Amino acid sequence: MPMPEFELQTLKEKARQLRTDIVDVTFWAGGAHIGGALSMVEILVILYYKFLNIDPAQPEWPQRDRVVLSKGHAGVGYAPLLARKGYFDFEMLRDFNKFKSPFGMHLDSLKVKGVDVSTGSLGHGLPLAAGLALGARVQKQTWRTYCILGDGECNEGSIWEAAMAISHYKLTRVITFVDRNKYCVDGATEAVMGVEPLADKWRAFGFDVLEVDGHSFAELEVAIQRAQQAETRPVVIIAHTLKGKGVYFMEDDVKWHYGGLDSDALARAKQSIDNMTAGKT
Amino acid sequence: MAEGLTWTVYDANTMTQADIYGEVLCAIGENDPRIVGLSADLAKSTKIARFAEKFPGRFFNAGIAEQNMFGMAAGLAKSGLIPFVSTMAVFTTMRAAEQVRTDICYQNLDVKIIATHAGISFGQAGTTHHCTEDLAIMRAMANMTVISPADGIETANAVRACVDYPGPVYMRIGRGFEPSCYGEEKYGFRIGKAVEMHPGSDITAICCGITVLQAMEAARHLKETDGLSVRVINMHTLKPIDREAVLSAVHETRRIITFEDHNIYGGLGSAVAEVVASSGKACAFEIVGIPDCYSLVGYPEDLYHHYKIDMDGIVEKIRETMGKDFEEDDDWEDEV
Ligand SMILES: Cc1ncc(C[n+]2csc(CCOP(=O)(O)OP(=O)(O)O)c2C)c(N)n1
Repeated sequence: MPMPEFELQTLKEKARQLRTDIVDVTFWAGGAHIGGALSMVEILVILYYKFLNIDPAQPEWPQRDRVVLSKGHAGVGYAPLLARKGYFDFEMLRDFNKFKSPFGMHLDSLKVKGVDVSTGSLGHGLPLAAGLALGARVQKQTWRTYCILGDGECNEGSIWEAAMAISHYKLTRVITFVDRNKYCVDGATEAVMGVEPLADKWRAFGFDVLEVDGHSFAELEVAIQRAQQAETRPVVIIAHTLKGKGVYFMEDDVKWHYGGLDSDALARAKQSIDNMTAGKT
Repeated sequence: MAEGLTWTVYDANTMTQADIYGEVLCAIGENDPRIVGLSADLAKSTKIARFAEKFPGRFFNAGIAEQNMFGMAAGLAKSGLIPFVSTMAVFTTMRAAEQVRTDICYQNLDVKIIATHAGISFGQAGTTHHCTEDLAIMRAMANMTVISPADGIETANAVRACVDYPGPVYMRIGRGFEPSCYGEEKYGFRIGKAVEMHPGSDITAICCGITVLQAMEAARHLKETDGLSVRVINMHTLKPIDREAVLSAVHETRRIITFEDHNIYGGLGSAVAEVVASSGKACAFEIVGIPDCYSLVGYPEDLYHHYKIDMDGIVEKIRETMGKDFEEDDDWEDEV
């Protein structure tokens, strides 16, 4: 059954809001990993507004689903979403990066409510997710762990060690996403250190691979629903995305892996996000 | 030494340590075909990208795979080349620690590691990108030489010096624009030889990296305001440490205080303490650095201030240590 129109419109509005928040926080912070934050917006939005079993009023609720942002540098894309979900006051983000702020570029689970694990060093998230899922199993719990990886991050050997463990232990309650935005820091992933054939690699490690347009809520919805049905083979969703999505001067430009905005660029960025949402790109 | 390449204060004040490193490496690479470069998707941030652009055939980007990178560096060195390897300090000394130790140090290979974003110089990024443990870890690896240059000019000197210095070298540099403490390059840089930056006889401040300039300014300030005579020593090489410089400080000033952008355990302070303790001489002693915690988040200047390793903090800590007693007699009863 296709996603009802009103639901699609609600999610699109949440995505617009998150992108706008991302550029605002980047502006306040003086600089942030904005490109990879913008590319994963739809993944986070559909998880937090449709799929996750969470209660922001009880961030430590033991039965909650867990989220591991393994590409932790995209914290600037995660913190505003947690604020809008009610984990903390959005205005606190004005201090992002500043002295004594709870928010550095890479979010600290001991300081930021709603963050299940501290990440930022690439290649750590998927092993942590595997451990969380093993922990749930040992304790006979049914909550799930959702883990978001960067495509460059898939260079790290530890990702593949975790993939091996997840499929070995049949940890189907880990649902893995790869934000396939095709760039890392020094250039295109395929120029710096090729990850292709990426889907085949995951298959060889025992995963079922679903490839989707990572900016399509409809496709993400179907994929996540299928992943939730997995019984023996864990699922990885390779989400094909655009780095910098929504801000025309950042899209597909590796330079915007990390950057800052002045007030003029901020205004242009917001206009671009509004135009994209209204479908007049 | 590469010819026709000198760094002025002007350059050093407009270029980061990393910028200068990138340029110097290019110049060295010009005349020395043994030099190869590696990075792990941080060629641009660490500035080894300059070398990569100039010598694409001699540069290898390992992608985001630090352990493999240091293993490959060891292989390249075994084949007879001299790899310069650059990524952030935290990923060098912790992610790839065993490759650095077992593949590189154990086999005593000529791998020169220039690690950037050391200490809390990337303060905004948070703990995952801070690195206040590297000096301790690297010091504990046999065969490793450990260097923390004070500024861009010293970085240039140290990078050149390590090419023909035998065995593995770990050099930590910062991220930002650290103002210069040297006016020119020719001050006699030698690996393992500390530099006296300010003369003094009341107390000695032993420093490395960003704290050197701050301590020089503190010394000038304390001379004027308190009439204090503060010796400032730039201990750019932590290992092998310049024992002579420490022992003269013990002997001549009887008070030593160390300042570093690193955990108070295992780094410069510990290295100096090892020498002081084995000298058997009484000496007032204090270690200032990150007090065994994960640093707060913030811009480095704010953090340096908070942890008292900027000029103000150094002034305060030196005054405190001047008021501290040390016992020349053997009446220890009241202490224990
Ligand atoms: C272990 C480790 N090495 C290097 C870095 C520095 N770094 C931060 S982001 C990044 C590139 C990430 O690329 P990708 O995973 O594709 O993320 P995205 O493009 O989605 O932002 C690198 C190398 C890091 N954070 N961790």
